[in-house]
Amino acid sequence: MEASMIRVENLVRKFGDLTAVNDVSFDVKKGEIFAFLGPNGAGKTTTIKVLTTLLKPTSGRVELNGLNPVSHNNEARKSFGIVFQDPSLDQDLTAWENMELHGVLYRVPGKIRRERTETLMKLFELWEKRDTLVKQFSGGMKRRLEIARGFLHTPKILFLDEPTLGLDPQSRNQLWTHVKHLNETEGVTVFLTTHYMDEADRVAHRIAVIDHGRIVAMGTSQELKQQTKTETLEEAFLALTGTTIREESAGGADQLRQVARMFRR
Amino acid sequence: MKAIYILWLRELKKYSRSRVQIIASMGQPLLYLLVLGFGLGPVFEKAGSGNYRQFISPGIMGMTVLFTSVFSGIALLWDRQFGFLKETLVAPVPRIQVMIGRTLGGATVAMIQGTLIVVVCLIVGFRPVSLAMVPLGFVFLGLIAIVFAALGTAIGSSLQDMQGFQLIMNFLVLPIFFLSGALFPLNNLPKALAFVTALDPLSYGVDGLRASLIGVSHFGAITDAVVLCCVAAALLCLGAWRFSKIEI
Repeated sequence: MEASMIRVENLVRKFGDLTAVNDVSFDVKKGEIFAFLGPNGAGKTTTIKVLTTLLKPTSGRVELNGLNPVSHNNEARKSFGIVFQDPSLDQDLTAWENMELHGVLYRVPGKIRRERTETLMKLFELWEKRDTLVKQFSGGMKRRLEIARGFLHTPKILFLDEPTLGLDPQSRNQLWTHVKHLNETEGVTVFLTTHYMDEADRVAHRIAVIDHGRIVAMGTSQELKQQTKTETLEEAFLALTGTTIREESAGGADQLRQVARMFRR
Repeated sequence: MKAIYILWLRELKKYSRSRVQIIASMGQPLLYLLVLGFGLGPVFEKAGSGNYRQFISPGIMGMTVLFTSVFSGIALLWDRQFGFLKETLVAPVPRIQVMIGRTLGGATVAMIQGTLIVVVCLIVGFRPVSLAMVPLGFVFLGLIAIVFAALGTAIGSSLQDMQGFQLIMNFLVLPIFFLSGALFPLNNLPKALAFVTALDPLSYGVDGLRASLIGVSHFGAITDAVVLCCVAAALLCLGAWRFSKIEI
C-alpha cells in the first residue's frame, strides 16, 4: 500500500454558526494529483487553510506527510508549498524581491535561488519586469508571479488553490505542464482546486466533489462520469451539485479591502 | 536568522520607498514643536520653568518614535488584507522569528524617523546640554521604539479590521502620548493624573530622553531604563503570543 501524503479524517471547521467544512474525510497518496472541486463557498479554501496551518480544525484529524499541522506546525510547513487563491504578494517590493524573500524564507540556497528565479521568471515571462514594483503589475502578471514563486522551492506537497483564476490560456497551459512535470519527475503530490473542469480532467488522477462542506463524490474523472451517467466532467459536476448559484457573504477581509482602496494603499 | 534579516530588510525597503509618507509624518511633530513651542513658550518661561522648546523637544522625539513604531506594528493589518501575511505564515519559519523580524524592522524605521526629528529639533533651536550624553538619548529612543513596535505587533495581530484601528488610535495611542509628560512637566500634578502618568511606559521614555538631553529628570534615568526594559520584554512576549495565535 502506498503511503498517504495528506490524510483528513472527519474534519469539521465552524465559523460561529456557519459550518464551512462538515465531516470531511479523504486520503491523498504520495505522488498523486488530487483535485478538489466545488461551487463557491463549498469549503475548498477552508480545507486548504486547515491543511496549511492557517486555520485550526474545530474537530477531526489532519495529517500532512505524517505530521499533524496543529501540534507540529513548523515541521508540517516544511513539507508543502502553496499558491493562494487570493493575492499574497508584497506590492511595495519588486518582482525579484518577492522571489528573493520567498526563497530565503524557504531556505533555498543562494545560488540555486537565483538560478531558479531566473528560469521561472523567464518561463512565466516576467524576467524583463523583474525590477518593477509589483503594484505596477497587471492582474495577470501578479498571478503569474504568484505561481512562479510557488515553484521556487520543491515541496513534497503542492497546494494550488484556484491557481488559474484570471490567467490567459498560454499561462494556464504553462502552469499545468509544469505541474505535471514536477509530479512525474520529482513525485510531488499535488492538491488543487479549480472551477475549470477541463483542467481537472486533464491533470488530476483523482477528484473529490465538495458541496455545502461535505464530500458528495470521489473518484477518477471516469468514475464520476459513470456514476452520474454523463459525458463530461462539467455535466457530472452539475449533476452532483445542482444548478443553483451559491451565495457567499463578504468576509471582513473583503470589506476592509474596499476601505483600503479608498485610502489607495 | 536569515529569515529575521530579510523581514527586517523588507520593512526598511518599504520605508525608504515611501518618501511622501516620510515627509507627511514630519508634519505633526513640526506643528507641536513650532506652534506649541513658540505659543506656550512665554507662559512656560513666566512660570519659571525655563525654555519650553528645549523642554518639549525630547517629548516630540518620543512622540515621533511612538507613532511610527505603533503604526509599523499595525501595518500587519494591511499585510493581512493584502494577503502578504499568509505568505509569511505558511513559510517554514517559526512564527517567533517572523514576529521578531517585523518588530525589529518597525523599531529601526521608528529610530530613523526619530533621528530625522532630532535634526529638525536642532534646526529649530534645541540644544542638548551635554554632547557626551547624546548617545544615551539614542539608547532611550531605541528602547521606546522596541516597546511600542512590540505593542503595535500585539495590536496588529489582534485586530481584524479598520474600525478597531480607530479605537486603538483614540483610546490607546493618543492617551499614551498625552499622558506621557511629553508636553508638560510631571512635577506637582494632581494625584490621579500623577498616578496615570506613572503607568504610561512613554513617561519613562520621555523622562529618559530629558535626563540625557537636557539634564532634567522626574523618575531618574536608571529607573527609566529599567522600567522600559521590563515593559519591552513583557510586550515582546505578548506580541509573540498574539502573533502565534493569528488565524486567517
